[in-house]
Amino acid sequence: MASYDFPEVCQMAAPEPEATTTAPVRAKDHSPWNWLLFIPIVVPLIPAFFNGDSPRIFGFPRYYWLQLAWILLGVSTTTLVYQLTKKRGER
Amino acid sequence: MWRDHLTEIIVFSLLFLLVSVMGFVAARWRAPKDMAHLDEWGLGGRNFGGWITWFLVGGDLYTAYTFVAVPALMFGAGAAGFFAVPYTIVVYPLVFLVLIRLWSVSHRHGFVTPADFVRTRFDSPVLALLVAITGIVATMPYIALQLVGIEAVLKTMGVTGESTLARHLPIIIAFAILAAYTYQSGLRAPALIAFVKDSLIYVVILVAVIYLPYKLGGWGDIFDAADAKFQASPNPNDGVLLNGNNQLQYVTLAFGSALALFLYPHSITGVLASRNRNVIKRNMSALPAYSLLLGLIALLGYMAIAAGVKPLPGASAGSVDNNTIVPLLFDQQFPDWFAGVAYAAIGIGALVPAAIMSIAAANLFTRNIYKEYLKRDASPAQEANVSKITSLVVKVGAVACIVFLDPQFSIDLQLIGGVIILQTLPAVALGLYTRWFHRTALVVGWVAGMGLGMWMLYQVASPTRKHFGGSAFPLEKFGFDTPKTIYVGIVAVLVNLAVAALLTLVLRAAKADEGVDGTVGDDYFADEGDPRVTPGTERDADSAREPVA
Repeated sequence: MASYDFPEVCQMAAPEPEATTTAPVRAKDHSPWNWLLFIPIVVPLIPAFFNGDSPRIFGFPRYYWLQLAWILLGVSTTTLVYQLTKKRGER
Repeated sequence: MWRDHLTEIIVFSLLFLLVSVMGFVAARWRAPKDMAHLDEWGLGGRNFGGWITWFLVGGDLYTAYTFVAVPALMFGAGAAGFFAVPYTIVVYPLVFLVLIRLWSVSHRHGFVTPADFVRTRFDSPVLALLVAITGIVATMPYIALQLVGIEAVLKTMGVTGESTLARHLPIIIAFAILAAYTYQSGLRAPALIAFVKDSLIYVVILVAVIYLPYKLGGWGDIFDAADAKFQASPNPNDGVLLNGNNQLQYVTLAFGSALALFLYPHSITGVLASRNRNVIKRNMSALPAYSLLLGLIALLGYMAIAAGVKPLPGASAGSVDNNTIVPLLFDQQFPDWFAGVAYAAIGIGALVPAAIMSIAAANLFTRNIYKEYLKRDASPAQEANVSKITSLVVKVGAVACIVFLDPQFSIDLQLIGGVIILQTLPAVALGLYTRWFHRTALVVGWVAGMGLGMWMLYQVASPTRKHFGGSAFPLEKFGFDTPKTIYVGIVAVLVNLAVAALLTLVLRAAKADEGVDGTVGDDYFADEGDPRVTPGTERDADSAREPVA
């Protein structure tokens, strides 16, 4: 066990050129922005929002147009989080 | 009679021929230096960019069966069938969070299947074998169901026969061609064909959702017609809105299906074939375009109600085959040539996922059964060869399922498939975040979830059947005094998790051997160009450990 933890420690401590060259390709994904992604996971699963007929839009009962509208919610949230967590220097 | 549908059959056949040629040519597309490697045959060189991934994963997740069965469900049950929309919204943020880690760790270690990951992470060949077998068993009926999609189309075109052989001959030919080009081109074939498939589907659906409401008196009338039909039916659980009893089922089914979807081997194959993390992340923002399409396709079920479509008779006397309503709607409302295009879209739509699924199942067999138990020192070329042959066997099996067994059997199995694939969630999805669970506890949890899931599915009755009547489990069978129902898969996976967690505490206390984790924290963030990744042909799953040490 202990011997197996060794590589990780070694890699962090070693002042070798490899450590600096590997750093830029490592994504930093511990961003708090990721929590935003729970919005499009939770909101579409609450029937109280969409389970009704009125108002109708273009003849669609609320049940249908609102659930289709959640697609926009999903797209905008994932796009936002992607932009906010993108690696620096790629913009 | 088929003569009445001659134009449709000609258009269908021409488009089918076109994609068959593309399937064979695909071997030379983005040609690899050496096709005799599982990374090349089974993952398209792990080098697909944004557009290809979009078409590939879209073509993979939204199958022909979906296009036929979701509107059929709307036609028969109403609002409950619309679960496909929230389900395919919820899945993308989940992939964005979870599968991206799987991509990184697989990129770093050269994993081809989710079971490869479990093997290294938990140091447990048994757990890996269970994950592999679960994946194969869940995928097989899914492939068979793609054939049901094609058959619904052929049936509508009048391409049927008296004898079993005559009735199934077109399917057998279609699958033989599919098997041949998948054998030759691997994942490149469905990736290339997906362009045609999705373009056809987008065109057909855009035309359908603009032209059909215009012909049928507008969306308002379509929803009113559906409402009138469900008001008149005696079934208390249909209707254009949910009622108090099926909301819990709706939500748990949508969430459970989303969790199951990204655990399916074919979705993972699609994700692992992408070039880097950004390709996946961008795709998770762009793939919901297909969900919009799926939502509109679902509403074809209501259009069929408004248009007064009567489904064709089913396999047994007196039953009806609701799966034929979409093809019938097209036949009734569109000019012949355009109906032919629409049928080709469904038919080709079956080929793309069938190819990817068979590749995914073949990879699981090769990596986690053949290499693990039969031939430890298999070279990459041997691996690729075994995978190619297995993909053939898998397709023959799928055709045999449809020809020799009642198609209902495949539908039941697919229902079970969603529940059983969910049982790999603790090992695969949670395993990407934590190694807290003990490997033995995960195995026992899997057994518990599997057993409970099977028992619950067996208990579900439908108006026509006593067992395996659906995935909506009545809570009263657990002793609750309520008419509410819940999705079987969610209950089973919660029990699986609870058992695994409790047993982990016990095994921890007993200081049971946990094995060695072959991954390090950094692996889960590795990206394209990571210098620790051994390139190409010399790589195998274990060697990745060494360069670091």
